[in-house]
Amino acid sequence: MTDRTYMRVRHDMPPGHVRTPAYLRGKIGWVERTLGPFPNPEQLAYRHAGQPLPLMRLRFTMAEVWGNAADGHQDTIDAEIYSHWLEPADAPHAP
Amino acid sequence: MPHDHHDHLSPSGHPYRPDDDHPLTYWQQMEIAVRELLIEKGVTTAQDINAQIDAMDARTPANGAAVVARAWTDPAFRTALLEDASTATREMGFDIGPMRLIALENTADVHNIVVCTLCSCYPRNLLGLPPDWYKSRAYRSRTVKEPRKILAEFGVTLPENTTVRVHDSTADMRYIVIPHRPAGTDDWTADALGALVTRDSMIGTGLAKLPSA
Repeated sequence: MTDRTYMRVRHDMPPGHVRTPAYLRGKIGWVERTLGPFPNPEQLAYRHAGQPLPLMRLRFTMAEVWGNAADGHQDTIDAEIYSHWLEPADAPHAP
Repeated sequence: MPHDHHDHLSPSGHPYRPDDDHPLTYWQQMEIAVRELLIEKGVTTAQDINAQIDAMDARTPANGAAVVARAWTDPAFRTALLEDASTATREMGFDIGPMRLIALENTADVHNIVVCTLCSCYPRNLLGLPPDWYKSRAYRSRTVKEPRKILAEFGVTLPENTTVRVHDSTADMRYIVIPHRPAGTDDWTADALGALVTRDSMIGTGLAKLPSA
């Protein structure tokens, strides 16, 4: 577990076309694998050239995302997040 | 008959579907206008559009089932599929186009389930059109929060110590679940195994059928 790279999803609510689910913003997960680069969909949506960005598959525990309301604390959610939405983070504390 | 006293029900016991005779919506008009303009200006033809609709309708979960059955019976393919599913399935003749595919293998300890909370991303080249429930707000919002309840509603109850992995298809990847191969099928051919692989088992809301079922 110590070799995990933890990242926090930016806690922002910008307008426009964004493919970062709101329920994961501000949450901390670890990198499951790195994909891409893929063009930034926030630019593509407005017919701009999309800047190529790494796409990270982040894995979150249910406990991190939903706290005590989580269905199964050891269960996980994986999601693809573009790198400009991520910042380095420490491992989250158990809720 | 339980439905005898309800004259709004058809003889099959199901409600009559209302006739679709309301005026066209804005977007329906827009679609027709753009389609007619594209045909009029020679960009495409009505035959091309029909051929594309036929091609979309021809894609069924049998494609995905062939991939799963091969993964169960061909260890080298299974390895290639888990490593790079886009390439492995393309070599079988299932081209996912500009998207990328990730294969998620269920094991004795892990159960995978796929959802797209933002819209309805789905591996259409392997599974055909998504079922209506996959696009519903209820499935999209609940699967990431209470996957075990969703699974139970689909008739799948997992042991407490099985890890459920939810995969939110948020961007460029598409996902297919490789369900656990049922016991008692050791000497089965890939063709026979394919018949056990349901659409839902490849979304993760179901399991592969048992040989006796």
